[in-house]
Amino acid sequence: MLGASPTVLAAATPADTLVLADGIDDIVSLDPAEAFEFSGIDLLNNTYDSLVELDPLKPGELIPGLAESWSVSDDGLTFTFKMKSGITFASGNPVRAEDAAWSLQRVVKLNKTPAFILTQFGLTPENVDEMVKAEGDTLTIKIDKPFAPSMFYNCMTAVVASVVDKETAMANEVNGDFGYEWLKTNTAGTGAYVLRSYKPQDSYVLEARPGYWRGDAKLKRVFMRHVPEGSAQRLLLEKGDIDVARGLTPTDAQGLRGNADVTIDSDMEGYIYYIAANQKKDPLNNPKVLEAIRYLVDYQGMVDTVLKDQMIVQQGFLPRGYLGAITDTPYHLDVAKAKALLAEAGFPNGFETTLSVRNDPLRMEMAQAIQNTLGQGGIKVTLKPGAGAEVLGDYRARNHDLTLQSWGPDYPDPHTNASTFAWNPDNSDAAKRTGVLAWRTAWDAGPLTKMVDDAVQERDTEKRRAMYEEMQKIHRDTSAFVTMFQQIGVTARRNNVGNLYTGGTTDQVTYWYVTK
Amino acid sequence: MTTLTEWLRDPSPSSRAQARLGQAWLGWLRFRRNPMAMLGATIVVVLLLMAAFAPLIAPYDPIAQNLTERLKAPLTDGYLMGTDEFGRDIFSRVVWGSRVTLYIVALVAVTAPVFGLLIGTVAGYAGGWVDQILMRITDIFLAFPKLILALALVAVLGPGIENAVLAIALTSWPPYARVARAETLTVRNSDYIAAVQLQGSGPVRIVLGHVMPMCLSSVIIRVTLDMAGVILTAAGLGFLGLGAQPPMAEWGMMISSGRKFLFEQWWVATMPGLAIFIVSLGFNLLGDGLRDVLDPRSAGK
Amino acid sequence: MRGAWHVLMAVTDTSPRAPSRLARRLKTAIGLVLALAATFLGLLLVTFIIGRVVPIDPVLAVIGERATQEQYDAAYRALGLDKPMWEQFWIYVVNAVQGDLGRSLLTRQPVAQDIARVFPATLELATIATIFGVLAGIPAGVLAATRPGSWVDQLVRFVGLMGYSMPVFWLGLMGLLLFYGMLDWVGGPGRLDASYEMMFEFDVPRVTGMILIDTALSGKWDIFRNALSHIVLPAAVLGYYSMAYISRMTRSFMMNELSQEYVTTARVKGMPEWRVIWVHALKNVMVPLITVIALSYANLLEGSVLTETVFAWPGLGLYITNALFSADMPAVLGGTVVVGLVFVALNMFSDVLYRLVDPRAK
Repeated sequence: MLGASPTVLAAATPADTLVLADGIDDIVSLDPAEAFEFSGIDLLNNTYDSLVELDPLKPGELIPGLAESWSVSDDGLTFTFKMKSGITFASGNPVRAEDAAWSLQRVVKLNKTPAFILTQFGLTPENVDEMVKAEGDTLTIKIDKPFAPSMFYNCMTAVVASVVDKETAMANEVNGDFGYEWLKTNTAGTGAYVLRSYKPQDSYVLEARPGYWRGDAKLKRVFMRHVPEGSAQRLLLEKGDIDVARGLTPTDAQGLRGNADVTIDSDMEGYIYYIAANQKKDPLNNPKVLEAIRYLVDYQGMVDTVLKDQMIVQQGFLPRGYLGAITDTPYHLDVAKAKALLAEAGFPNGFETTLSVRNDPLRMEMAQAIQNTLGQGGIKVTLKPGAGAEVLGDYRARNHDLTLQSWGPDYPDPHTNASTFAWNPDNSDAAKRTGVLAWRTAWDAGPLTKMVDDAVQERDTEKRRAMYEEMQKIHRDTSAFVTMFQQIGVTARRNNVGNLYTGGTTDQVTYWYVTK
Repeated sequence: MTTLTEWLRDPSPSSRAQARLGQAWLGWLRFRRNPMAMLGATIVVVLLLMAAFAPLIAPYDPIAQNLTERLKAPLTDGYLMGTDEFGRDIFSRVVWGSRVTLYIVALVAVTAPVFGLLIGTVAGYAGGWVDQILMRITDIFLAFPKLILALALVAVLGPGIENAVLAIALTSWPPYARVARAETLTVRNSDYIAAVQLQGSGPVRIVLGHVMPMCLSSVIIRVTLDMAGVILTAAGLGFLGLGAQPPMAEWGMMISSGRKFLFEQWWVATMPGLAIFIVSLGFNLLGDGLRDVLDPRSAGK
Repeated sequence: MRGAWHVLMAVTDTSPRAPSRLARRLKTAIGLVLALAATFLGLLLVTFIIGRVVPIDPVLAVIGERATQEQYDAAYRALGLDKPMWEQFWIYVVNAVQGDLGRSLLTRQPVAQDIARVFPATLELATIATIFGVLAGIPAGVLAATRPGSWVDQLVRFVGLMGYSMPVFWLGLMGLLLFYGMLDWVGGPGRLDASYEMMFEFDVPRVTGMILIDTALSGKWDIFRNALSHIVLPAAVLGYYSMAYISRMTRSFMMNELSQEYVTTARVKGMPEWRVIWVHALKNVMVPLITVIALSYANLLEGSVLTETVFAWPGLGLYITNALFSADMPAVLGGTVVVGLVFVALNMFSDVLYRLVDPRAK
């Protein structure tokens, strides 16, 4: 060990710091009222708390966050939360019901993209001051329809419902923006960590705050480094330069399996990958053609090869782990059957169409494999790769033919996916429901729309489960969507890292229990 | 044969054609003495043959996927260069990729220089404010780093091989304009142009008929030397996913898809890179040799 | 028609009326400033046009997948996209002149601020690469020039041509495979190991943003060494290209110089050959060489786009490419304008230098 050292020391990460690598360029904002992409809400989960939360140790179970207890009125329209006492924000300010009320009000008033999670309960910028009220240590929220209470609570666990330090945020207010400009790159919450530095598309550093109400975080710092390539992450991990890699490709995960210093955890994630067929385009609106397409995807073949360890086959629109998710997968590659269906539909020689896809490596690989099998059935597909916004723009404008897309749930309740895949009350162009997937692909969900509306107000959980199961089966067989895969999160960690909970399908990553 | 050589080497040619062919013959002799230039010429010829006979040379379909055969190492199971992530034979893809490369090179070679030549000769011959404006525009285009401008243009036009060609052509004409203008300036005041002017030829005719031909040889040399650059830029666009689109076999795109497997399945990225390297080197050696032959100023040195 | 041409030619053909030296210099200076301004305006116009005709909706990058139509409309107005085109261009120019290049859709920061943050990384890489290029290229060129046609000359030429023939991203990947993946001689992608990056972040005062300089100034030699191990490979890859260019130009300048009379004179007078070559001749080619180096420096900025992608180097090139893939046009265009400006400035610098020092150049 003495004397000349090699050029590169086997750099060990600092003992009090968790060093992670992941692609974090999806972060657009760190304001809980606006953040909605994966990396951003992961960060916010560790810097903010909400009134009620999910237990990272027991997935799916509702536990108290900043609220001590909560209840719902008999008519199901008024929710009451009693705040815990003695909790402070990172700034030292005490947490009051007023902060909680203000946090929800600002989300509705700012009306950024994730605001719908709250506004779907009938909250509007005009009425929110009336509907959400703080009195002493009690917060009451009124809603406009008797939703299933579990649905409401699930939405309240979402990052958008985080409690923000009103005094700190308002001290940084500019032009009546509720501190929005400042909160985009700063945090003001009760979480175990505070944001110490954030360099967009490069890195962020979280620092543990003393006096976290759940008990101080075990590690003093969390350093997240933006490393988009799986192969680079893998080398960094092997060399001990990082503790955790969260964006490995199947090849890299395979390569790491023999490494005694590294443990690989797989965890289901909420992302569903699907193809949407535009119902304004012939012949994609022919049910036989749609069925043929369902038989022209090599689900299992892809999962065994290009998507190995990265996806599982999932043909219902709910990710496994959600209430009512179905797990049977009746569709498989069957070229002969597909050809017969195409012939029945009047296309014995197939037809030509395009498949738009975001130009990231994983999706491009999926698209090429799909292009190949569709080609076997006679459907000649031209790929149209583009930047994320470009492909999305096409989709929202209802200009696509086929498009390969993914959808991640916004809050841990089945309604999040049902309300977008299977709900479309007005399929006209003028409706402009651009946030609804069924509208985007111009598919009239028919009776499913009402089923979705009914299910979200069903207060009996078992009945509710059955309703989602049924609507998924109908959706799977008759919709303009081909749901194919659910993503598996592959997390590789050095063996000395323990207690890292990635949150699975319903929650976000938790850093404060992590030990090293 | 001897008579033909004698005819070619006749010091007092009896016709214009004979003189020109004689010059060409002498150039060829000089070229042949340069082993590196010959190597370059050989590489380019091999590329042409490979592209022409791709269906006969390639043992496999370059596009058809075979997921059970994915990522096989070179020289296993009859895959000379191994297979890629879709189980496609990399050798076959490299062979077919030569067509794509030649297609790009040919398209750029017939568009950019012509445009540059036009701008440059007009600017040089007209002079004055025409020159000022045209050269200012040229400077603006030169002020952009080529690749970045090409990237921005492809972003506008959408990815695809034709658009990549267009972007490359739009970014590579300014140097030709510069060269042509410089040549024009030296020719402009020469006696024979004055003579043509006295004969009453209009400026269009002078530029097209008398100035442009004088600039041709230096432009041709530049074109050959630039071909390697064009190949590299096209590959760069392909690497970034903005050039040719899957499933087409394009070398730059093949490297980019192999990047994920670099440390495990090194051949996926290495093989197409070797192909680009060898072909670019061929064009560079050829261009260098041609310059020595065609450009008497540098040949003298 | 013909008359007009002749008049035009007469105008440009200014006869020497021997204006005062000062006036001439002033005229040159004003001309330069005007040319620079025109080029800058042209840059802005081209980038603006590119930005507006791009078929990617900038609003979507802001609001993301779930947004409703009202949220879309609000963002559309906030970006000023509802104003007429000429007004948008005018705002763009006025802001750009004041150093405001708009706000990145991706990072939500002012583009100018983003560029100030990422530019030092590129500058550092390009500078080290140029140093490599100069240190290797000039001796190689001189050696080749003194023995034209020899195997040394052929070798230098061939190695140079190889540099012109290899895709920079491929060379970078191969370098990573060999020197990082297999031999473990150099640091991997990025500017520092993650742990050193934290130390740099918290313990080193930021002066220039260039890690090598800042750590040297504060005496943090362990971080310095780590940074060096990371920069060496990408800089060598980029430097190879600049070496190819510099050696080629050095050779041709030196060949020219060595045929000058004073060289013969010096040789006849019995001056040692190494002195003739490395002191006298080299001194005289230094001026054109500096312009060549400036140009190659500018070219490296371009090469950095692909190199930074391969090496995950958080500089301007990577910034532009990332922005491009997210349709973040303000960032792409801001980056392009800055690179263009540096390009123009370096070109102009070499031009002016050439005019000032070399009496032969008019």
